[in-house]
Amino acid sequence: MTQVNRLPGGQIDRSQSCKFTFDGKAYTGHAGDTLASALLANGVRLMGRSFKYHRPRGVLTAGSEEPNALVELRGGARQEPNTRATTVELYDGLLAKSQNRMGSLRFDLLAINDRFSNFLTAGFYYKTFMWPAAFWEKLYEPIIRKAAGLGSLSLKDDPDVYDKGFLHCDLLIIGAGPAGLMAALTAGRAGADVILADEDFVLGGRLNSETLTIGDQSGADWAAEVVAELTTLPNVRIMPRTTVIGAFDHGIYGAVERVSDHLYAPDAGKPRQVLWRIYTQKTILAAGATERPIAFENNDRPGIMLGSAIRSYANRFAVSADKRVAIFTNNDDGHRTAADLHAKGVKISAVVDVRPDVPRSLDYEVLHGEVVNTKGRLGLTFAEVRLADGSMRTLECGALGMSGGWNPNVHMTCHQRGRPIWNDAIAAFVPGAELPPGMVVAGAANGDLSTAGALQGGATAAKRALGLKGRLPKLPETGDASINLKPFWYVEGCSRAWLDQQNDVTVKDVKLSHQEGFRSVEHLKRYTTLGMATDQGKTSNMGGLAIMAELAGKTIPEVGTTIFRPPYTPTAIGVLGGRHRGQEFHPKRLTPSHKWAEEQGAVFVEVGNWLRAQWFPQAGETTWRESVDREVLATRKSVGVCDVTTLGKVDVQGTDAADFLNKIYCNGFAKLAVGKTRYGLMLREDGIAMDDGTAARLAEDHFVVTTTTANALPVYRHMEFVRQCLFPDMDVQLISTTEAWAQYAVAGPNSRKLLSQIVDQDISNDAFPFMACANITICGGLRARLFRISFSGELAYEIAVPTAYGDALIRKIMEAGAQYDVTPYGTEALGVMRIEKGHAAGNELNGTTTALNLGMGRMVSKTKDSIGSKLSEREGLNGEGQLYQVGIKPIDPKDPVPAGGHLMNADGPVDAAHDQGYATSACYSPNLGHAIAIGFLKNGADRMGEQMRLVSPLTGVDVKVEITSAHFIDPEGERLRA
Amino acid sequence: MHDLQPMTALGGDAPQVDTFDHVTITENDGLALASVAARMGHEKTCHTTLKKLLGAVPEPGKAVLHDPEAGFWMGPDQWMIGAPRETHELLADHLKERFGDTASITEQTGAWVCFDVIGPAMPDICERLCAVPIRRMTAGDAQRTMIHQLGCFVIRRDNPEHIRILGPRASAGSLHHALITAAHSVA
Amino acid sequence: MIIDHPLLGPRDAAEFTYLGDAKLIDRPDWQSETAAKDFYEYGYLRDNPAGWHQELWFHEAGDRSWLVVTRNTVTHEISKVEMARDVARARGRSK
Repeated sequence: MTQVNRLPGGQIDRSQSCKFTFDGKAYTGHAGDTLASALLANGVRLMGRSFKYHRPRGVLTAGSEEPNALVELRGGARQEPNTRATTVELYDGLLAKSQNRMGSLRFDLLAINDRFSNFLTAGFYYKTFMWPAAFWEKLYEPIIRKAAGLGSLSLKDDPDVYDKGFLHCDLLIIGAGPAGLMAALTAGRAGADVILADEDFVLGGRLNSETLTIGDQSGADWAAEVVAELTTLPNVRIMPRTTVIGAFDHGIYGAVERVSDHLYAPDAGKPRQVLWRIYTQKTILAAGATERPIAFENNDRPGIMLGSAIRSYANRFAVSADKRVAIFTNNDDGHRTAADLHAKGVKISAVVDVRPDVPRSLDYEVLHGEVVNTKGRLGLTFAEVRLADGSMRTLECGALGMSGGWNPNVHMTCHQRGRPIWNDAIAAFVPGAELPPGMVVAGAANGDLSTAGALQGGATAAKRALGLKGRLPKLPETGDASINLKPFWYVEGCSRAWLDQQNDVTVKDVKLSHQEGFRSVEHLKRYTTLGMATDQGKTSNMGGLAIMAELAGKTIPEVGTTIFRPPYTPTAIGVLGGRHRGQEFHPKRLTPSHKWAEEQGAVFVEVGNWLRAQWFPQAGETTWRESVDREVLATRKSVGVCDVTTLGKVDVQGTDAADFLNKIYCNGFAKLAVGKTRYGLMLREDGIAMDDGTAARLAEDHFVVTTTTANALPVYRHMEFVRQCLFPDMDVQLISTTEAWAQYAVAGPNSRKLLSQIVDQDISNDAFPFMACANITICGGLRARLFRISFSGELAYEIAVPTAYGDALIRKIMEAGAQYDVTPYGTEALGVMRIEKGHAAGNELNGTTTALNLGMGRMVSKTKDSIGSKLSEREGLNGEGQLYQVGIKPIDPKDPVPAGGHLMNADGPVDAAHDQGYATSACYSPNLGHAIAIGFLKNGADRMGEQMRLVSPLTGVDVKVEITSAHFIDPEGERLRA
Repeated sequence: MHDLQPMTALGGDAPQVDTFDHVTITENDGLALASVAARMGHEKTCHTTLKKLLGAVPEPGKAVLHDPEAGFWMGPDQWMIGAPRETHELLADHLKERFGDTASITEQTGAWVCFDVIGPAMPDICERLCAVPIRRMTAGDAQRTMIHQLGCFVIRRDNPEHIRILGPRASAGSLHHALITAAHSVA
Repeated sequence: MIIDHPLLGPRDAAEFTYLGDAKLIDRPDWQSETAAKDFYEYGYLRDNPAGWHQELWFHEAGDRSWLVVTRNTVTHEISKVEMARDVARARGRSK
């Protein structure tokens, strides 16, 4: 098909043809077209089906406010539903499909819904599908979801990437129409850092769509000239294809830049879109205004558009909406459309004006009256007009422009709860007094609907925002005037007259809402879904409000508006996620032995952001248990090594360092000797255990504190809170050293023999006893730290070197330990050994347990003040019936004792009321040859040897168990001190 | 002398260099680092020693780009001192001697990975990575910020096309990936 | 939101973590006769004003300072930002 509706002129590039397909049919347009303008040029008016009634629909607008012409863009994994054909920039190879249809667009089987419209009015699903309730989920909802709705998802991974970015400026200007351009020019020339953002791909706003002049130039030429000057200013950043989507607190704005949407596919490595976070001192909102339609019977046929859209298509895109165009208006703007089209040789059927004093024209017929109905199944063919004298006229036309006045785009002024106020002069809401701090509104967005007003407003706003002195620059003459509007919202007696075309809300629905008592705007919105579609009612809300006001006998400002919220236009989830998806969802933390562990074939587990070796499978091992059992047995028999770098480390120095530790730990540290390490239990102020670890005293005024891997950050934060907010005069300095040191646990009876070959100093039991710590050197001089501490219960050490040497050290340990068959072990074996030893970990320090529960009640010092010590004395946390940590073993060694299982008395009911406790950590103990668990039991300390049941009704577990000490291995601690 | 071979933060024997038309991203493996925190009541003496060491005391948000020791402000009465590792492997010990009881010194060499990002695209890359106002920063500005969820220091060097980024060493790979991705993005 | 850090100037609130009411600075005396009650109130009783509120924010991705931020919980307006350490000292806290 040829471009039958193409006019001369316009701002398209006729030297560049773009081939595209719509619903499988090939068309040609030009660079500078949108999908909508190219389709219209090719005589395609029908572009979609409506949400509920599946009515045939075409474009209503020429901008981002479009409710109707939503298409599925591109194909395959790049398919994107619900894109507005009016904002899709045409490129060669573009692929688009209509959506929300069953069958073809012309013969949509679901158009039957239109016949049943009486059953599908506002709130229909609240009424029709009440009974039986069980049918809702299985029957009603799936049918409604299939019938109603928008485009479909590809259900494939998006192959494109999205970026986030951060920009700073003195002045953000939203919108590059006459007001925005003039503001940018004024601010840019004054040297301010300016960002000028516009959602369009050509700057100039309405100037590109009008024939009016600025000075002796066309508006479009003036805009291009201003943009050219702005481009030369290094302090001005011009951002076309960029929608500012929200005004957030304290001068932060969100903006989506469509970097690659106008390309067939993004260039390699380039993002499709960028979400910018813009920090600005001041903002000028110059977002323009949106024309509003008029409600009359069957006002939704393809070909019926906003008058300003018809003008945009003609003047900017060189497209006539049809061969014959009629206009329905309540102001002078409609006549401007007619004049522009006439000048381009388009036949004007007539201009229908509701005002009694209609302007005359020699070029076309002007009628005083109202459009009362239309005809045309898949596109407009006739408009029926009732003249002022009551007689009827039928106008033959394929397009009808509606001009109901203009609504300033006040959305962003309301993002921080500001409310717009009513302006009688233009019969529209304008920005209220309460704007987001730092915002100034200019041009049509401020209710200044003339070009002269926009230029003046833009320059003034820039001066005001930046506090510039001096007079306004000389502004060029413009050729437009006020539009003399007579408020007119809907034609008397209409019923199926569309207000919200995207959600299929009619005048009748608003009347029904009123009749049924849903009269506040917020109720009206939710009952009828008016304005709840993806266009957020940009073209529809005002009509609904006006009708509700009339029905309620109120004024429009008394009825008020609903709240505008970000985003200004629909925003892809992908761009909100940015790069943080898949493997990049969060950063990884690798331990110093990671590369070596990979070489050993380790299986890794995520612990926070850390990747830790979970176990090291060897040839022939078929299950993880085999590997873990081997690692545990080898460690207890000879020696094992485990990377424990991930434990949090905090360097605590200062003359008050010991006093400080006394505050953060419930047990005492003041008397800890230099060269010694002590276990510490940290409580929250409410007496619940927060974290545990060790503190090694390297000098009188220097400790190294360790935390659990998971709590490294919150514990550090807590320590800073205690230091800065509670004891501000303590001489203590903190810094995290978690990543500064590579640290390995070397455990097992041969650990000393192994380390003796590496450590330069004497580490015999006398020279370096249990819980000793020291700065040492290894391998002939490398600085290192050694701690004789044990999580496994064996003779064990932790050795630390600067991180860069971590890889070398693990290799050295493996080499030196070869004669003892040193075995690397992962977090699973670590877990088995600590359960065998009865050491509490995250499962036990679970945010509900106290020192007493953990069997460490006596550690809480009563002779000093520490965080949590006072509230841990609370009655409810002490006395009869408290939980105590115990060991749990099965009577039948073949039985499991799963964590999460609850302890019940051997004889007695099994229910929540008789719950005795629960198992927190469980494993198979290769040393004991059966499963073991630790857990909490009421009065557990006094119930050793008791036989109980461990039940888990959800998983069907019910086993007989015996309560034991939690220290399954070496309860006397002889191995530790060996 | 010991025979242990250090590994770079990215896991290589030698620092990694990624060269693009518009920027070069170099892993800088040659830094020794240590933090200095003034002891309470000794702030003045500590400042004097810092001034002797660097020529000036780094103000909040600033670095003093001095040779061989340079330093930047980390927090109230806390600074990070850097020097070439080749000559200052035992930087923390040396600082301890210099500052005595007036400051707490903590070795930080192993805690950080350092990248030098140099080239005309540096500001564009920065804008895709973090919220620092890169185009308003001047030589010697040092800000802590988030890059790919990682707490990093961004230091503007003398060359207007050069920033130095210090990030947590364990996440060197993730940080490097973020830098390379941003470099491709703005190409 | 933007928090105007007393030392570093305006910083994005995303760099901070939030703790809550700055009354947490006023930790009771453990040796007081009413310590049990005092600590209970300190731990559990908070005002929840719709309006001006003094809050503790930690500059976690920054200089690791705790700040006392006076913020209007309705409008998010911030009228004052102080170093928590200075506030603590002014309220008589020491060692």
